[in-house]
Amino acid sequence: MDHGDTSKRGSPELRAQFNIHYYQYLNEEGKPQTTLPHFTEDTALLLKLYDAMVMTRLLDKKCIALQRTGKMGTYPSVLGQEAVGVGIGFAMRSNDVFVPYYRDMATQIIRGVDIKDILLCWGGDERGNNFKNAREDFPCCVPIATQITHAAGVASAIKLRHQTRAVVTTAGDGATSRGDFAETVNLAGTWQLPLVIVINNNQWAISVPINLQTAAKTLAQKGIAGGIHSEQVDGCDIIAVYDAVTQALKRAYEGKGPTLIEAITYRLSDHTTADDATRYRPPDAVKDGWKMEPIKRFRNFLYERQIWDEEQEKQLYQRCEQKISQAVDDYLNTQAEAPEAMFDYLYQELPENLHEQRQQLINKSGHKHHE
Amino acid sequence: MNKPDTREMTMVEAVNLALSCEMRKDENVVILGEDVGTNGGVFRATDGLKAEFGLRRVMDTPLAETLIAGISVGMACQGLRPVAEIQFMGFMFAALEHILCHAARMRNRTRGRLTCPLVLRIPYGGGIHAPEHHSESTEAIFAHTPGLRVVVPSSPKRAYGLLLAAIRDPDPVIFLEPTRIYRLTKQIVVDDSEALPLDVCYTLRPGEDITLISWGAMIVETLQAAKHLAEQGISAEVIDVTTIKPLDMDTILSSVKKTGRCVIIHEAAKTCGVGAEISAQIAERALMDLQAPIKRVCGYDTIMPYFRNEHYYMPSVNDIVSAAKETFHYK
Repeated sequence: MDHGDTSKRGSPELRAQFNIHYYQYLNEEGKPQTTLPHFTEDTALLLKLYDAMVMTRLLDKKCIALQRTGKMGTYPSVLGQEAVGVGIGFAMRSNDVFVPYYRDMATQIIRGVDIKDILLCWGGDERGNNFKNAREDFPCCVPIATQITHAAGVASAIKLRHQTRAVVTTAGDGATSRGDFAETVNLAGTWQLPLVIVINNNQWAISVPINLQTAAKTLAQKGIAGGIHSEQVDGCDIIAVYDAVTQALKRAYEGKGPTLIEAITYRLSDHTTADDATRYRPPDAVKDGWKMEPIKRFRNFLYERQIWDEEQEKQLYQRCEQKISQAVDDYLNTQAEAPEAMFDYLYQELPENLHEQRQQLINKSGHKHHE
Repeated sequence: MNKPDTREMTMVEAVNLALSCEMRKDENVVILGEDVGTNGGVFRATDGLKAEFGLRRVMDTPLAETLIAGISVGMACQGLRPVAEIQFMGFMFAALEHILCHAARMRNRTRGRLTCPLVLRIPYGGGIHAPEHHSESTEAIFAHTPGLRVVVPSSPKRAYGLLLAAIRDPDPVIFLEPTRIYRLTKQIVVDDSEALPLDVCYTLRPGEDITLISWGAMIVETLQAAKHLAEQGISAEVIDVTTIKPLDMDTILSSVKKTGRCVIIHEAAKTCGVGAEISAQIAERALMDLQAPIKRVCGYDTIMPYFRNEHYYMPSVNDIVSAAKETFHYK
């Protein structure tokens, strides 16, 4: 093409160039590809990471079963992406703020959100968002990418108050096509916010594959446009994710500004329980996706290190199943909230003109009870 | 204690005074928006605030309305009291998702754990000969949304007191500033940090024969119409709705029950305007007290014309007077 031929246009000066680095420590077999970060000497930490990934996998399976048997609403599976949430969860400090999208229960559990509350949310009960712990964390966010902007607001408040803490927000690959993402990346760079944006690039925005989402080689480079530190990691390598988020948070605490991390994963499930991915996705692609998945490779690594065995594995599964089963019981035994609660949290104080409607509802719901 | 500052000022100066008063009182109050810093806002509503409070508390944002609304939500959830400016109502649509889907819902969604005490200041309305998208009155969009408060001042004094109340309110407030009367008149405003109550209508002129209901800049024409009507022996009560969500129907109903006749005046398009809601509630609760059908004097259901013809779009004093006379003489 003509405009590519610089010879006819004088010699341009190079004004900017950039690189996106991709980090992977463990390959698909769980074999270290390079010198591992120092934290991998901490066996207890490694086992916690593994524990949380297994817990997430089993809870995910349970959630789908609950939905399929009519005991829960639409649920977005996190199958194959457990390392992203777990890596974030353990890298964050408790006084940081987590601003999730909706495939984030792994992080939420690590931050102290009750499994029962997570089930309540997907079971159609707002009380699930009134966490006992992590009180500053945001609830799941449904409108794509909007949470990224809220996270920048939280980070602005933190910066304004000179606090040494940071915000981590997550989003899917589709979210990087929205204005909220672009506007926030731009602001985060301009204001040097203590913000870490983690993109879970699971290759699919419902049915739309990444090549229909963008012509950019990486999503990480979209951060370069905003002048922020941006990198890509193997999102199925828990060591890479934990390391990247830890480094990013360190930069944030030190006032060195925001980071964008693109975590490469593969969505092994449907988009949600309301979706049927066989309509648009070739089965072979999913088979390849299974080769990447994070749990098997990390288990191989732990076996290789001789810090894990089959007996421990069996016990872990039992422990998780027990916890999940208890949480499911608690969830299923939770009575629905009084319907007038829909009025009670609308404003701090219910405006005068809504008292009549509230009473109408009480009369209606009371009547129903007697039927 | 020093005696409070007392001087004659325009509405836009009163907005500025309320902002500086509350920023001095509460360090959680921050201002953000396009051009609000060094430039002091395109209408000068934030003039001098950056100089007094610094760039940490008076933030020039990038040119992105979605961002302005979205970061306000995040800041408010952290306990700040962001007062964000959207430069003109016609540019507010990019911000709507954050206001409707998040600011209005966060308290409910989290059962009170996170809240959004933010104020979105939006200059609005026609009659200033501005380019397209600088003259709309789409307040009904906000008024339709549960979880919001929508407040419209109609004078410098009320702008001061209502803005203080809006900033102190624990829930999101859409504060609509009628640009046409930003500098139309001056009024003595006392900088006494006294907020005016929200959620109530203000009766600006008592009357016996007919109730005129309006808000914002149209209050000017409505009061003039009331004066003309008085000259013709018709005593009109003028109600400034002021908080158009939630509506103080008690004040409106007791006036309409007294007069038996009413005209609702607004600049916004007629269909599904806030006047339709007021009218419906009067019909629901006071039909038997009415001696004439309710009338509405509103903007047409058209797109606001470019400014050469905008005066044809805006309700005039004459429109109000004739509607009121028709209503008054209805048998």
